[in-house]
Amino acid sequence: MNISMFLIMLFFVVSIVIGIWSRKGKEMNLEQWSVGGRGMGTLFVFLLSAGEMYTTFTFLGASGSAYSDGGAIFSIVSYGCLATVISYWSFPAIWKYAKEHKLISQSDFFVKKYQSPYLGVLVAVVGVVACICYLVLQLKGLGYIVEATSYGVISSKIAIWIGAIGVTVFVMLSGIHGAAWTSVLKDFLILGIVVFLGVYFPIHYFGGIQPMYEAIEQAKSNFTVLPNHGMNTTWYISTVILSGIGFYMWPHSFPNIFAAKNEKALRKNAILMPLYQLILLFAFFVGFAAVLQIPGLTGSESDLILLRLSKESFDPWFVGLIGGTGVLAALVPSSMLLMVISTLLTKNIFQVFVPSTTEEQIAKIVKYLVPIITLLGLYFTFKGGNSLFGIALIAYNFITQLAPAFFFSLLKRNFVTKYGALAGILSGGVLVSIMSLGNITIGQLLPHIPQVIKDLNVGIIALFVNTIVVIAVSLMTKKISLTQLKAKAVTE
Amino acid sequence: MKKIYWLGLIPVLGFVIGALFSNRVTPYVLGMPFFHFWVVLWSLLTTGILGIIYKLDPANQKEDF
Repeated sequence: MNISMFLIMLFFVVSIVIGIWSRKGKEMNLEQWSVGGRGMGTLFVFLLSAGEMYTTFTFLGASGSAYSDGGAIFSIVSYGCLATVISYWSFPAIWKYAKEHKLISQSDFFVKKYQSPYLGVLVAVVGVVACICYLVLQLKGLGYIVEATSYGVISSKIAIWIGAIGVTVFVMLSGIHGAAWTSVLKDFLILGIVVFLGVYFPIHYFGGIQPMYEAIEQAKSNFTVLPNHGMNTTWYISTVILSGIGFYMWPHSFPNIFAAKNEKALRKNAILMPLYQLILLFAFFVGFAAVLQIPGLTGSESDLILLRLSKESFDPWFVGLIGGTGVLAALVPSSMLLMVISTLLTKNIFQVFVPSTTEEQIAKIVKYLVPIITLLGLYFTFKGGNSLFGIALIAYNFITQLAPAFFFSLLKRNFVTKYGALAGILSGGVLVSIMSLGNITIGQLLPHIPQVIKDLNVGIIALFVNTIVVIAVSLMTKKISLTQLKAKAVTE
Repeated sequence: MKKIYWLGLIPVLGFVIGALFSNRVTPYVLGMPFFHFWVVLWSLLTTGILGIIYKLDPANQKEDF
């Protein structure tokens, strides 16, 4: 066993032990398991929401995409900041409503707001699909990292299996508490390593950040800014708006919000988050440094760029440290995702169709579903072939379709009906699926429209159609829901 | 809607409208191409602006426990 492999194993064992230890002294009912009894202060709320954001993607996808796409990668920082601005107001509103109504999942929120369990089922389905994409992303990343940093001793397949089993055990035992504590360790490590690499590589290979950028400019003019075609300014603006709105529509963002102790903790979280976004900058530097050092990687190979460059530059023990951190960066978000997927499946889908299930049965089913979901995630991980950024973009476009119904529901007097919400989410979701599965661009659908519109992110078209449908159907069905509500009020 | 909340629009404009003219390599600022510097600058400003809103937000004064 080499030193780097030893370090990776050590990190893995430590994270599992912390995860299991964190349940100490807590009775694990469903509210404790999934939203930590709603008692977490600013620090933990911050760590949880940062933890779910800073994942293997920070490590591999961000550097890989800077390497292959250049300036377009900066859209991530921009939409992250916009999302934070929105969250300053939306998080406290969600928290308050969730506390009043004892909600534990994102889908619960829609059910309660629109008084429709079936809308909840649809929201849960969208959430589960997007979350499984994200889980696949984490598992794939885990495999890449361990295979590369163990110098091929542990194959990617074995790494993914071991990692998945470990995370399943600690999720079943500790729920959200495990994720919060492992997050602490992980965030410190990621911060340290990404910042170090982002500073070290440009200095080591080019003598500084500016010399690096100048060298790139000479070799590939305008690579570091948005190109004129493809991922250009139009694409950038539409992506920033789209993903800024969709950023916190993820089902796994909601339990973090619910877990907060008070509204202030959430507002403070919003203030800190843009600074945390900047850690990504250092991952970008790594990617840019590799542009001239290791040219020629394409597609999903470019996701390996950070690891390739590190292996060329450092001793095995340091590569092992990177590997261990990468393992944590995959395990923490995976655990959050597993929890969220199983809660959605049980509470918001299963219970709707089998209403006789008791709360104790629910709490049990939620836990026993975890290994099954893990297996499903493994299946898709070994099957697909997209690059990390590619999978992330599709999942984002999909989940963003929940946004119109969500934001309308925050209005004091919401005119949107449950039919409107249902129809909107369905039409947006179907549109996104067709366009991303068939790899259709707007230019192909409408060849004669101006170039500016052709370059829009496909998700924003779906979001636009979705919003129109929400408004139109709501206005048409206003009468039906009013009479229904009245009838309900009478019977109650 | 409190007046101070309108400040929240500034970062949105900075990122979205700013993209129309900040997409250029030169001048380099802090060693970075201008486009990169612009995004970094606005990330910092976002934190600053949200911090100001937080300080002045009456909602933070009343709920203390």
